[in-house]
Amino acid sequence: MSSALQIVWVYPDLLSTYGDRGNMLILAHRAKLRGIPAETVEVRSDQALPYGDIYLIGGGEDGPQALAAQRLAADRGLHRAVDRRAVVFAVCAGYQLLGNSFFAKGAKCDGLGLLDLHSDRGPTRAVGELAGDIDPALGLPMLTGFENHGGRTHLGPEVKPLAKVRAGIGNDGATEGAWSGTVIGTYSHGPALSRNPALADLLLRWATGEEALAAADDTWHTRLRSERLGAAGLV
Amino acid sequence: MTENKLPLRASLAASVSRTAAALSRATGRGDGSVIGGRLGMMIDPDLLAHLAAGRRIALVSGTNGKTTTTRFTAAAVGVLGDVATNSFGANMPTGHTSALARAGATPYAVLEVDEHYLAQVLKATTPLVVALLNLSRDQLDRAKEVAMMAQLWRDALADHPDVHVVANADDPMVVYAAAAHAAAGDGRVTWFSAGQRWREDAHVCPACGAHIERDEADADSWRCATGDLVRPAPQWTVDESAVIDPEGVRHEVKLQLPGKVNVGNAATALAVAHRFGVSPADAAPKLAEVASVAGRYAQVDRDGRNIRLLLAKNPASWLEAFDMAEEQPTLLSINARDPDGFDTSWLFDVDFAPLRGRQVLITGDRAYDLAVRLQVNDVPFTHVKSFDEAVAAVPPGRLEVIANYTAFQDIRAELDRVV
Ligand SMILES: [Zn+2]
Repeated sequence: MSSALQIVWVYPDLLSTYGDRGNMLILAHRAKLRGIPAETVEVRSDQALPYGDIYLIGGGEDGPQALAAQRLAADRGLHRAVDRRAVVFAVCAGYQLLGNSFFAKGAKCDGLGLLDLHSDRGPTRAVGELAGDIDPALGLPMLTGFENHGGRTHLGPEVKPLAKVRAGIGNDGATEGAWSGTVIGTYSHGPALSRNPALADLLLRWATGEEALAAADDTWHTRLRSERLGAAGLV
Repeated sequence: MTENKLPLRASLAASVSRTAAALSRATGRGDGSVIGGRLGMMIDPDLLAHLAAGRRIALVSGTNGKTTTTRFTAAAVGVLGDVATNSFGANMPTGHTSALARAGATPYAVLEVDEHYLAQVLKATTPLVVALLNLSRDQLDRAKEVAMMAQLWRDALADHPDVHVVANADDPMVVYAAAAHAAAGDGRVTWFSAGQRWREDAHVCPACGAHIERDEADADSWRCATGDLVRPAPQWTVDESAVIDPEGVRHEVKLQLPGKVNVGNAATALAVAHRFGVSPADAAPKLAEVASVAGRYAQVDRDGRNIRLLLAKNPASWLEAFDMAEEQPTLLSINARDPDGFDTSWLFDVDFAPLRGRQVLITGDRAYDLAVRLQVNDVPFTHVKSFDEAVAAVPPGRLEVIANYTAFQDIRAELDRVV
């Protein structure tokens, strides 16, 4: 086992539609800024899930999503990771498959049961700016992102919403995403962390056990955030 | 079919289409191909089929390179005579209708086709040849999934057993689209290879879902792990500056357009023209005459700077643009308006590392998305608020401009619509 922080991108061969690589790159970049040694690992769906400190799961179409859920269920590596409180950050299709069930290609599919939630199809496709006030327990500024999904997600009592929706749809127009322990899922798709550097730092803090990280120069992230929150009518 | 043999209704429709297009041009509302085609098709819904009848037509489709390849192919087929073509990039049926109506009686046509419309245009035009270039992610917030496009193409070809296909052997998605057509009869498909830089959309076999395996030693070779889809042996290939034909004859192409990708586009054009009976030796010099394509690759001199415009719309085309651009000051401009798609996530699918060491300037509606991407990529940059500011910020000499669709159009407008 390496002493460097292991950032594992789960199944980019199946779940990588649009800039999902960004979350891995941003975490590695922000770790490096703080002098934290980090390694990134891309795991194909025909490989066993390795040990990791942070697992990233991206978005994808129905077919690959269902296949990824089957392979992760058989592999059990992600379950073991959650048991030892490794960090999991999942977006879109990756978020849905962490739940108890989801819909793909018109059929109900078993999820991994790592978050107490289930997903089905909504009446409309949610495409556009997404923003919301993040659960105060996480101590983060407003979430901003871009969503593109046809799902609706219903949260059970074991998880908390990641945010209360201020713009866009998220889970159901009221809440967006979910979290429990060190597992977070969101409909903010693709490189969600590019607009939410404080969320990236939270994942790094959880993974390293550090209470606080050295300040980073977030000039461009901050400008991007205010521009996009402005576009969503929230500034 | 020549105009005087068109059915009366089609003849009227074609005339209205041309008049509307001319009016649209005269009033400065663009080149008129869309409005002209739309009006004509309202009068005669089968106008495209009527205008196509009796002509020898090539269709060119794919995610990237279709405008340039269409231009090259029209130049190559032009050895035979006038060629009708939609050179303004209006690549949906209205644009095809307008192009054919405008062209009059010439028996040759080369049409760029939006990949979503290939089935419809195949049906309407019964072409001699279809060139299938590549399929990769492009505006996924509304476009179809890549494997689904490959399936649509495959289904479309199944309805047209007589069409000859010129297809890219390096792209597993294209090979899947053309494989059944190739298997159904000898010599129905001509394969070309031009090397493919972008591979992120072809990790998984579109036929069976197994992994596509690549050989480290031979970068272009690939095969599905189950063996049901394997790279076909290409008949037309390229090297740095030449196209090699099926007989192994090397044709030097002295292109004005930069990049290896354009040597590949030239190979496709020569392979298509060959089906029209044009020899590559006759066609190759015609390709060297193409200096820019709808403003792309155009060079403009301003204030001692030689500005070159490169269009890059999606991750695959950004990689090609980095290959084309010289190691000179480079301006990147990103918008996310309707024609671009509203989602900028794809910026993280592009590795901007090739720009390290150059003076990089950024601008456009979504410059901040790009700023974050470049920072994470360790590429230093300066943000400028306008094109003029960019020109002033670089020393005399070459300024490379790489922009996505509407950003490119904005800069073209600034440079007085260079052609
Ligand atoms: Zn296969």
